[in-house]
Amino acid sequence: MFVIIMGCGRLGAELATILENDGHEIAILDIDKYAFDHLPPAFKGKRILGDGTDQDTLRKTGAERADAFVAATRGDNRNALASQIALHVFNIRRVGSVIFDPLREEIYHELGLRTINPTKIEAQLLRESIEREEP
Amino acid sequence: MFIVIGGGGKVGYHLARALIADHEVLVIEQDPARVEFIGEDLGSDVIMQGDACDAATMERAGMERADLVVAVTGEDQDNLTFCQIAKARFHVDRAVARINNPQNESLFRQLGIDSTVSATQLIMGHIEQELPWQGLIQLLTLGGLDLEIVEVRVPREAHTVGKPIKQLLLPQGALICLVIDNEGQPRLPTPETTIKAEDILVAVTSIEGEESLRNALTSPVP
Repeated sequence: MFVIIMGCGRLGAELATILENDGHEIAILDIDKYAFDHLPPAFKGKRILGDGTDQDTLRKTGAERADAFVAATRGDNRNALASQIALHVFNIRRVGSVIFDPLREEIYHELGLRTINPTKIEAQLLRESIEREEP
Repeated sequence: MFIVIGGGGKVGYHLARALIADHEVLVIEQDPARVEFIGEDLGSDVIMQGDACDAATMERAGMERADLVVAVTGEDQDNLTFCQIAKARFHVDRAVARINNPQNESLFRQLGIDSTVSATQLIMGHIEQELPWQGLIQLLTLGGLDLEIVEVRVPREAHTVGKPIKQLLLPQGALICLVIDNEGQPRLPTPETTIKAEDILVAVTSIEGEESLRNALTSPVP
């Protein structure tokens, strides 16, 4: 698959690395050029300095032939806008969005986005690690 | 009406000031300095400090009884989220959003935002009118209908000059509703009305049909 990832923070860079190791073609976007330092030196995908909520930038990145899009910045609203552009303007079928605010995540999930809420997942994992009996 | 405005920057502040005499208005703004300024100027019951896109803040604002929300921050993503949550969670009837990046306009409409206002687009329309090839100014988009009202000035060299309206090949669904001559006299057009150079035409068109309407009215004699 050709996957576009918006946001090259720790999460975006980690996802890009895993997906590339799985054999996928990756283009990763960020508005901060230093963000690409999160990628390992061996990363072969495209690094694109630009705003993933801008339709022209996405088009130049190849959104018209993308198989999947992931919005993984720290900004919920930014992720929601980019995902809806990917879905409705470029008709990308697989669109994942990170939404940190649990309430906002619920609403966007109802509005048809494939949302991931790190806050809920992390809280759940932390709870499990605390409640687990000592071996 | 109860109107909730997302964003207390310059646009939000002036909008609130204009609406406050006839409506109940509440501005939601994050920046404490802006909150203080608006509170002192318009009254503390007109302003609320918080993230306008946070559902809990919206609930405190009394969003479920809002008749209209207006999103006027400088960030399209914030304006979209504010309107979408207001509609999806609080069932607000009408949402109006300011658009900063003109490319987002049709997406916002597709996502159910009732009206969009793009300053960039408006200014572009005015600049284009000054250029020799003559453009088209968007005056208004009509709520939920994918229609807009536009203004076109007929250039001297246009092939439409001297033709009656019934002979014009307009795109599907486009309608000329008003003709204003170069002396500023407005007339309701009939099929027989003849287009003159420098006439200003006010027309209704679908948003997609805008470009073909512009060409139909202003393209030069071949």
